[in-house]
Amino acid sequence: MKRYPRKNGQIRSLNIHSPWPLKDNLTIVLFLLPAFLFLSLFLVYPILRSAYYSLYNWKGMGPAVDFIGLENFKRLFADQIFLKAVKNGIFIIVFSLAIQLPLAMALALIIGRDIPGRAFFRAVFFMPYVLSEVITAIMWLIIYNPNPNRGFLNAIINVIPFLKPQAWLADTRLVMPAIFVVLTWKYIGLHMLLYITGLQNIPREIEEAALIDGVNNPQMVAYITLPLLSGTIKTSVYLSILGSLQVYALVWIMTRGGPVNASEVMSTYMYRYSFVRFELGYGSAVAIVMLLIALTFSIIYLRLTHREEYLA
Amino acid sequence: MAAIMNSKNDSSRNKLPFIIKYIILIIASAFILFPIVVIVFGALKTRGEFMTIPYIPPIPPKWDNLKHILSMPIFWYMLRNSLLVMFTTTLGVVLIASLSAFVFSRVKFRGQNLLFNFFTLGLMFPVTVAILPIYLVIRQMGLTNNLIGVILVQTAFQLSISIVILRNFFMSIPVELQDVASIDGCNRFKFFWYIILPLSRPALSAVASLAMVNSWNDLLVPLVLIDKERLWTLPLGTMQFQGQYGMDLSLVSAFLLLTAIPALIFYLFAERQLVSGLTAGALKG
Repeated sequence: MKRYPRKNGQIRSLNIHSPWPLKDNLTIVLFLLPAFLFLSLFLVYPILRSAYYSLYNWKGMGPAVDFIGLENFKRLFADQIFLKAVKNGIFIIVFSLAIQLPLAMALALIIGRDIPGRAFFRAVFFMPYVLSEVITAIMWLIIYNPNPNRGFLNAIINVIPFLKPQAWLADTRLVMPAIFVVLTWKYIGLHMLLYITGLQNIPREIEEAALIDGVNNPQMVAYITLPLLSGTIKTSVYLSILGSLQVYALVWIMTRGGPVNASEVMSTYMYRYSFVRFELGYGSAVAIVMLLIALTFSIIYLRLTHREEYLA
Repeated sequence: MAAIMNSKNDSSRNKLPFIIKYIILIIASAFILFPIVVIVFGALKTRGEFMTIPYIPPIPPKWDNLKHILSMPIFWYMLRNSLLVMFTTTLGVVLIASLSAFVFSRVKFRGQNLLFNFFTLGLMFPVTVAILPIYLVIRQMGLTNNLIGVILVQTAFQLSISIVILRNFFMSIPVELQDVASIDGCNRFKFFWYIILPLSRPALSAVASLAMVNSWNDLLVPLVLIDKERLWTLPLGTMQFQGQYGMDLSLVSAFLLLTAIPALIFYLFAERQLVSGLTAGALKG
């Protein structure tokens, strides 16, 4: 990203070039105003209000008057189901980072720059990204159907000796791995695409020079390609973590957080309390906790990437 | 580095053989395509066939399911609502984001960094996380059960990423153009409208296709804001349809196929724009 000099006397250096006087402040204000209003009204203001309501016992009718301080938060952190939702969130993050992203990287390295049929494979892997989570969830409901006559997965398993059909989404132990497979199906293409773009930005000369030096393929990946991709990898890790916080439609449609809360995630928990039970004060507290988690990750990410810029 | 230097063996070019690469790619493609093929096959079978011979291609294909859904008025309502929301949101995003991005790319003023951080807040908060407070605000504005509410929220949450992408692109347009334009008597607005925007077509289409896909696929915002059946968008209606006809898998498959087709056609034509939007937003943000 291009940076303009910011030393004291030079703040306005760009304006020396700019033939327009800064006087037309009105234009600037008019240009910025629409976005400013949208963001204030639908992002900042709602969040502040939510922080306010999180301190009340409020069912959404009439004004919030029953001030209870941090009681909602205490209740939240004492609730086993919420803690289960946090654990499931961590499960999704850990598995995404340990399995999904490395697989995406492997695909990106295989597809690389010039394997024949590259465009076809790229298009196939990325296709699930444009299908909605609703479509994805219902497709996989059909595939995970426990009845071997109807569920495709169990039908296949039935043919293989020593394997037994499973209840997949109705099994408390299997439900999270089953959901993770669907998440991988939907999002692996996005990460692969980011890596492919990153690979394309590595100058070919570097790899050619390494080949002349007698570097073999695994060494090339470990010592040259991956380090050069570190910026891209950080971005995809960040997107993956922030994405894990957002998982909502998939889980809600496939399991409603069940069986017995085994696949509850924070967003389904928040949805249940806010829009099914209408405990809006408590729901606000959940939302605030989610916001703080998202904010923490974002700040860590920004810190890491900025340091990178100074080093470069 | 030393490790690299020492290993000057001749097997250094033992690339993974082509065959193995292709086997991996084909297995992975099969995993991706499998559910889609199941839906396409299922959509073209009768309910009975789906139960008894679910794994065989539908020969001859039965078009009854598709016809049935196309004859439902609610399907056309949903299609219209989704299209309306998508186009209005996209138009709003492109217009509003490019105005701000222009200022951030071309003008320096006090407090600019702070303001820019404010404008990119949306990158940190996915809409899922803020949906409850948003519902409260929209309810206060009396815009529940109104597509305008959906459009406003979707636009707001698409702005930050679009501003980042567009600002980066606008910055790459040479400052000299601006000088020439001003000599020719071009004011700031004219410069933006007649020079910056036409030059930025690739970035604008990337931003637009990103907004289109996100709006088209969004479930949560309409789910929370819309009750009335006539105002359902496709994702919302798809979810309800599955709840209602969940037992008739061939009909559900047909419904999925019909709602997926617009997205797939769009993908076919706009893959390049979509990809460049995603990577620009992710890598430069």
